[in-house]
Amino acid sequence: MNRKRFFLGFLLVSLVLAGVVSFYASASPDGLEKVATDKGIAEKEKEHSLGDSPLGDYGVKGVDDARLSGGLSGVIGVGVVLLAGGGLFWIIRRPGAKDSGGASGTAS
Amino acid sequence: MHVPNGFIDAPVSVGAGLVAAAGVAVALRGARRELDDRTAPLAGLTAAFVFAAQMLNFPVASGTSGHLLGGALAAILVGPYTGVLCVSVVLLVQALLFADGGVSALGVNIVLMAIVTVLAGYGLFRGLLKVLPKNRAAVTGASFAAALVSVPASAAAFTLIYALGGTADVPIGGLATAMLGVHVLIGIGEALITAVTVSSVLRVRPDLVYGARELIGRPELRVQAPVPAQA
Repeated sequence: MNRKRFFLGFLLVSLVLAGVVSFYASASPDGLEKVATDKGIAEKEKEHSLGDSPLGDYGVKGVDDARLSGGLSGVIGVGVVLLAGGGLFWIIRRPGAKDSGGASGTAS
Repeated sequence: MHVPNGFIDAPVSVGAGLVAAAGVAVALRGARRELDDRTAPLAGLTAAFVFAAQMLNFPVASGTSGHLLGGALAAILVGPYTGVLCVSVVLLVQALLFADGGVSALGVNIVLMAIVTVLAGYGLFRGLLKVLPKNRAAVTGASFAAALVSVPASAAAFTLIYALGGTADVPIGGLATAMLGVHVLIGIGEALITAVTVSSVLRVRPDLVYGARELIGRPELRVQAPVPAQA
């Protein structure tokens, strides 16, 4: 598989997971939330300082349909993480080092 | 596993923030050696995949769910230093945009989910590869074990941080037992997702898997090697 196609496929998987499959994720509390509730830790929880942000709790403010709101927030999150992470990694990489384009690459 | 505001007191939160900052600084230096024109885009995509997979809570016991942490996975795919950065970017975006994980607990969360998972998971992965046969099945198996251990390691680290700076007065022994118990179960889910993802990438582009770079020749080398012999 050539590299560009592999990268596109990898991105598509992430978009489908965050945008579509996430709707079917378990809504139960996660391990830490459950233990915190059982043990009386959770009473000390404080409101998130950015709790009313436009994407707070994995929904898009103003979009009422739960499937659309959650899916859209997931797709936006994937995009933001890709840009932030990809940008950072591109800046700190060793430029020009061993770039091989899949099957046609050079054996360096 | 995202710790909200208020669980950990201010001094320990600041301390964890300093540890996280130091860890990220070390990772930024180390990641230079792991990233080039080929692997930098993969690292960005790996961070995006970890974000997506973290949305997918799976049920582990009655009324309890878990989700991928992703430190072991990212470290195996793109290298341990870059792996710490991948998960840290995810945690930063989650805290600032999605109100997931307290902003004042960001240092705690980076320590637990980016640094401890990579140290425990990638450490075990490297150790296993030293003794296992050098093939794809071994890399997949080592990925499974690394991910499995990374989650209870993170839970143990939470318990330790809570013992130092927890805001509620709870018996630490009971907390440790409860945290480890449920996170061993979550670790099985983490292990399955990690092993399936690593083996999928190994099947199509083994040359891009950092953790397998010494074991599996780049495909173009395998294709080109017989040519001189036939000429």
